[in-house]
Amino acid sequence: MDVTGLAPLLALLVPLLGAAGVVLLRHRTPARELCGIVAGIVQFGLVATLVPTVREGGTVSFTLSAFLPEASIALRADALGVVLAGTAAVLWVLTTLYAMGYLGTARDPALTRFHACFCLTMAATVGVAFAANLLTLFLFYEALTFITYPLVTHTGTPEAARGGRRYLVYQLGAGIAFLLPAIVLTYLEAGTLDFVRGGSFGPDTGGALPVIIYVFFLLGIAKAALMPMHGWLPAAMVAPVPVSALLHAVAVVNVGVFSLLRVALDVYGLELVDTLGLDVLTLVITSITILIASIHALRLDDLKGILAYSTIGQLSYMILGMALLSPAGRTGAVLHLVGHSFSKITLFFAVGSLYVGSHRALASELRGIGRQMPWTTAAFAIGALSIIGLPPTVGFIAKYFLFVGAVEARQWPVLAVLSVSTLLAAGYYLRMLRSALFDSPLAAPEGGVGGGSGLMYAPAVGESRALLLVPMLVTAAVTLLLGVAPGLILDLIRVASG
Amino acid sequence: MNELSADAQVGFPILSTIVFLPVVTMVALAFLRGDRALRGVALSGALVVLGLSLLLVLRFEKGTTDFQFAEQRPWVETIGLSYHLAVDGVSVLFVPLTALLIVLVMLSSWSAVRHHIKAYLMAVLAFETAAMGVFTAVDLILFFVFWELMLIPTYVLIRVWGDGPQRGRAAQRYVLSMLMGSAALLAGFILLGVSHQSAPGSGGVLSFDLTVLMESPPSLETQTAVFFLLAFAFALKAPLFPFHAWMPSALLEGSIGMAVLLAGLKMGVFGFLRLVLPLVPDAFAAWSWLIALLGGAAVIYGAFLALVQSDLRRLLAFASVSHVGLAMLGLSSLNAQGLQGALFLLVNLGLVSTALLLVAGFVQQRIGSTDLAALGGMAQRTPALAMFAMIASLGAVAVPGTSGFPGEFLILLGAFRAHGWPAAIAVLTVIFAAAFVLVFYERAFHGRIRSSVVQSAPDLRRSETVIACVVGIAIVGFGFFPSGLLSYSSASVDDLVSRLATSITVMAEK
Repeated sequence: MDVTGLAPLLALLVPLLGAAGVVLLRHRTPARELCGIVAGIVQFGLVATLVPTVREGGTVSFTLSAFLPEASIALRADALGVVLAGTAAVLWVLTTLYAMGYLGTARDPALTRFHACFCLTMAATVGVAFAANLLTLFLFYEALTFITYPLVTHTGTPEAARGGRRYLVYQLGAGIAFLLPAIVLTYLEAGTLDFVRGGSFGPDTGGALPVIIYVFFLLGIAKAALMPMHGWLPAAMVAPVPVSALLHAVAVVNVGVFSLLRVALDVYGLELVDTLGLDVLTLVITSITILIASIHALRLDDLKGILAYSTIGQLSYMILGMALLSPAGRTGAVLHLVGHSFSKITLFFAVGSLYVGSHRALASELRGIGRQMPWTTAAFAIGALSIIGLPPTVGFIAKYFLFVGAVEARQWPVLAVLSVSTLLAAGYYLRMLRSALFDSPLAAPEGGVGGGSGLMYAPAVGESRALLLVPMLVTAAVTLLLGVAPGLILDLIRVASG
Repeated sequence: MNELSADAQVGFPILSTIVFLPVVTMVALAFLRGDRALRGVALSGALVVLGLSLLLVLRFEKGTTDFQFAEQRPWVETIGLSYHLAVDGVSVLFVPLTALLIVLVMLSSWSAVRHHIKAYLMAVLAFETAAMGVFTAVDLILFFVFWELMLIPTYVLIRVWGDGPQRGRAAQRYVLSMLMGSAALLAGFILLGVSHQSAPGSGGVLSFDLTVLMESPPSLETQTAVFFLLAFAFALKAPLFPFHAWMPSALLEGSIGMAVLLAGLKMGVFGFLRLVLPLVPDAFAAWSWLIALLGGAAVIYGAFLALVQSDLRRLLAFASVSHVGLAMLGLSSLNAQGLQGALFLLVNLGLVSTALLLVAGFVQQRIGSTDLAALGGMAQRTPALAMFAMIASLGAVAVPGTSGFPGEFLILLGAFRAHGWPAAIAVLTVIFAAAFVLVFYERAFHGRIRSSVVQSAPDLRRSETVIACVVGIAIVGFGFFPSGLLSYSSASVDDLVSRLATSITVMAEK
């Protein structure tokens, strides 16, 4: 039997089975967690079988349901989809391991719900990655919103409920008010919802309507966190660290950027983006987002808040890379999608590890943590270097492509924005690293452990356990590996962005 | 117009069996005693009808606009009446939907109805006969007879088994509204028949047969008069804003079973599709702007009133007004997407509003109220009920992957094409407003448990779980595979659209 032909469908079904397994095994831990891990590994294997086909520019299609005469629910795996699905599968496995360490493996119904939703999140992500048309993409895009909602409100506190409501209002509101009309208008204008590389709008498309539709897409795909639709992301930080990692590095934000890339590449086509002047519009919006987010991150002290705003800025890098309309810019955009995922998740893992080990959640509390939690600090440093864009990390390679792209496109203001924001990112990340490595440790609180004993640091602070460290070190290692040997995935990424 | 006869298709008069089997069951109930026996016989009867209606759907030939499973016998020949039953793509899906809702209403009555069970079951069965008759009658006067027959069981079901203190007034209000409509309906039918008799091609024969009348629509003046008479009756029944006053009180005061049937079977909108569009196409096309306007107003009015309700049943009543407006907006767009969307929406509402009303019923039985003030944290005690409520809520919000989405998507497409931005904004308003079903769900089922009644609430019983599973699976199933339903109606809808298109071009020439 031809496994490759069914791989997109199976990659969608495996996480669903994983979710069912999690629920069935709810009374047996850690079998419950292992179920998710096994599903993730199988899913990655399935996605990997697609690589030889899609690297040559091929696609694998499967129609799920005829749905409506206007559009079917259909899967079609291409290189761009494989990049998103593959990244998500790897990080899903690691995040599940990390969650076992962070949240424990108690027989708590809340944890069963957590792991089941984790699996469903992956199903929705793969659905978006392999969607063959806008309707299918919309289906899984919206499903992702509902599936991740219980994850955001996992802790059940009033604060979590508030954050969760804000998350839902942003996502649903944007989806209904902008994304759905954008899809309907696209159908009326183009006569199809299918993704076609080079665009499905006719060659003589013009006038105001395509521009309005495009603006609707920018506003409607709130998961990409372009300003002014970014407010959900800091609000969703009320979630536990593994969820933040999944939402802000793996699933939700990547799906947002991916959807916008699909719209630009496969609905409009770059030629039309150029003739309608949508590239300039996109560059302006992303530049503003990058600058404001970077400045905002500089003023925050809460570590997760800093990472949230850093993410908002980094997502805009990817969209900006696409809007440069040069090959190097697009390659940089897709490479950054992968690289940022690994780097940012490393940072989240490190922040979580720090919180578990020392109950610290503020940047100003990082003083001297380098000596107390060396592995966590090392991972944090690698992630930070990558986000700033310094060698030898994957962030450097991606930014290099983006800079080349800006030069190729003769977009000097964009080059300036990229430079300034790199400096700003260096500002807030290096400040934290310096404090962690060189400042003397925080004194233990009065009356606390070691209090008044004259010791310079609280002995209670120590390195986290292996379940937290291993996933973090693996993602840090991948961040370095892709920085040293980007050739491993560059072929695939060139095809994906071509 | 060609017809496929029941004898040729299944070998027995299947539609008559479906229509009158409930009456037979009713008679059998009259001779029985004991709750178990009554319930067993009534449910078996309803299940046989459901089975037959599924057979009907299976044997239905798609891709033709012909009426099928036809049975025709002379009735009162001197005044042109005939006993003529048949279904086509527009009506066929309402038969299994009705049968399903009746089964669900019976199952839910196991725990909900505590007195006069025999009479309750008989009233439900009487309603089934009348409703099936309305959906399958092809002769206008026969249609009218069944239409009127619905009145008595509905009145009784609201009056006797209602939950609210004002149920008597609600029942009266319902009957008075319907009687006003009936007069108009009968007048419209007679006007149609008589004008056909005096038309040159008819040979002076009086006929009330839909298939005959469809062939030669009367002059535009007659059509306009008939249009307003029928539209008034169907708008009252639907209910279309501003004729909706009876609806919230009936839904709030009546029994849950009756509420399910009133909100789940949108017979008024069906009346438009079945009779108004084919019989007076020119008038409908000419006045479609009015329908669009009322539909749009209903959508926004219902949506905003739904927003401010803290009681689930009241919220559902106004959401229902809003959804009727949406279906009418679909009809008024006069294109295939709008009509298909409206039909799909009607079937979907049969599932989703039924599901939500059943949730309201389950909550009412457990907590004694459906007001937010008494709820909160129910998911902890009743996880299965919460799951069912969630699926139903997602369906109401028209989330892709539920049966709510395809209909609203098609109506959005159709309305955009026909009316542009204003209609689109109206459609989006509904979806926004429906999001408050979700907010209600969250407040009622999550958060802290605030009352001891919630603390000790039992989860779904076995019969209730069966209901929840059937409806839940249907909502998700049709959400992913709507083409299965749409393929039944597409030929008939295309035929209607081409008739309307002729009307539009004729009018443009004038």
